[in-house]
Amino acid sequence: MSGGDAIPEFSKAKSGDAHEVSLTNLSAFASGPGIRSGAEVAAIIAVAVVIIGGIELALRLFNVPHYIMPGPSAIAYALYDEFPLIAPHLGYTLVELVSGFSIGAIIGLVMAAVITQFPFAEKIVAPYILILVTTPMLALVPLLILRFGFGYTPRIIAVALAAGPMVMINAATGFRRVDSAKIALARSYGASTLQIFWKIRAPMALPMILVGLMIGAIFGLLTAVGAEMVGGGFGLGNRLTTYSSMIQMPQFFAVVLILSTLGILIYVLFFLIGKKWASWEA
Amino acid sequence: MNAGSAKTPKLGVQDATKIYHTASGDLLALDRCSLDVHANEIVSIVGPSGCGKTTLLWSMSGLHRLTSGTIRLDGKEITGPHSDIGIVFQEANLLPWRNLDANIHFPFEIKGEKPDRAWIAHLVNRVGLDGFGGKFPRELSGGMQQRAAIVRALALKPSVLLMDEPFGALDSFTREEMNRLVEEIWLDTKTTIVFITHSIEEAIFLSDRVVVLSSRPGRVAKEYRVPFPRPRSLEIMATKEVFDLTNTIKMDIVGERVRPKARERGTAEIVRIRP
Repeated sequence: MSGGDAIPEFSKAKSGDAHEVSLTNLSAFASGPGIRSGAEVAAIIAVAVVIIGGIELALRLFNVPHYIMPGPSAIAYALYDEFPLIAPHLGYTLVELVSGFSIGAIIGLVMAAVITQFPFAEKIVAPYILILVTTPMLALVPLLILRFGFGYTPRIIAVALAAGPMVMINAATGFRRVDSAKIALARSYGASTLQIFWKIRAPMALPMILVGLMIGAIFGLLTAVGAEMVGGGFGLGNRLTTYSSMIQMPQFFAVVLILSTLGILIYVLFFLIGKKWASWEA
Repeated sequence: MNAGSAKTPKLGVQDATKIYHTASGDLLALDRCSLDVHANEIVSIVGPSGCGKTTLLWSMSGLHRLTSGTIRLDGKEITGPHSDIGIVFQEANLLPWRNLDANIHFPFEIKGEKPDRAWIAHLVNRVGLDGFGGKFPRELSGGMQQRAAIVRALALKPSVLLMDEPFGALDSFTREEMNRLVEEIWLDTKTTIVFITHSIEEAIFLSDRVVVLSSRPGRVAKEYRVPFPRPRSLEIMATKEVFDLTNTIKMDIVGERVRPKARERGTAEIVRIRP
């Protein structure tokens, strides 16, 4: 132990320096800086009206047929009309997403917490994690279907495989943000390793963990829909292939609309959690 | 041995030697440094940067183990962090995800004790943070953050307070204010204080003794008594005696800085100069 201490140079390693990525930063490209005024909100709505109306008008003006590009009004009507038929599929996709994501996120969080405690093990494991992160897990779906059939199982596994590594690398980045002065503070009161983890490391990692959860959830959604398109008779992805094969384009776009809404809801959910629990970093 | 006995220092540093093993070789930070701090005393440690001041303080806190030598608190050797020693770190070191109340309760939480609410309320009032308990560190100025850090350090009623360049990042007015606050707290509690600083004025204002460390490897080069009465008014601080003492110490430190960097000794090889 003696001599193994780090040279104390805390003034140079400010805790703020390591925080280049945060949920609030990530939100910047989506929501812009700060809160919008009423006029800005009105402008955003006006732009939407102009775009949607413009598309509708142009499609009608040039007599574009529905099977090539349905107009916004046709999509809106399809969404309203078909929703009772689409709704169960939305449910199936949500089941796959929530269960696969939960499994993947829990495994990813635990692995990140364990691995960062042992820098040596981290070095060994790092290249394999990279493979997990960069491999599109969608590619494994045919194999999973072969092994587990056309039910929920292969899809849930694929979602977990897609979400887990994303959660893990981001959480690991968070856990690695050691602030020696804060750990020293805890140690000066005789804190145990476990106490240091729960009271210093975990809260410091929280913003990055939330980023990881958000990215993991969105990757999970992509993978769930993709897996549904590969095989099996249910889920929103399956609806996409079905509607497009039947050239029911308004219905097809209605499903796309539902999927993007789902993505936005995931983003907003984690953004709000971050605002509530990790705003100290802003 | 009891704390009050004339023979036993409150904090006794005997031949403290510390070698850091770094990637680029061993670094001798402290070399047989000896220093006694007596009960109810304020001792400041000054010296050229990189001379091992912080290393010495961290060893006193029990956070760092010495390579050789001993540090005794009331005659008992310190082998690890000790609840009778409070630390005020550089730049407040508050936990940004906790509000002030939660930051101040942190020591009790780690110890698994019930917070001493009356004592904390007294301290919070003393440093002028009444009504700020729900604020988060980022909402407060550097001076206020450091006030909260002082309350946290005193929360467990330590008999020794170690302060590691606590006001280095503050502007000079806030710094003077904080110095006055430390003096007030000391007059109130008579807590033994070891204070590390780059500012000679600050050291003289606060201390009973100013210890000058040599450039690395650190050992005690000079020691000065500061005989002025407390509370130390602006008038006292403007006297010729204070001015002369300031200059003497300044000359000492400059002398230490130009002195050949390292006294090679025995096995320790100095290959890296800390910036």
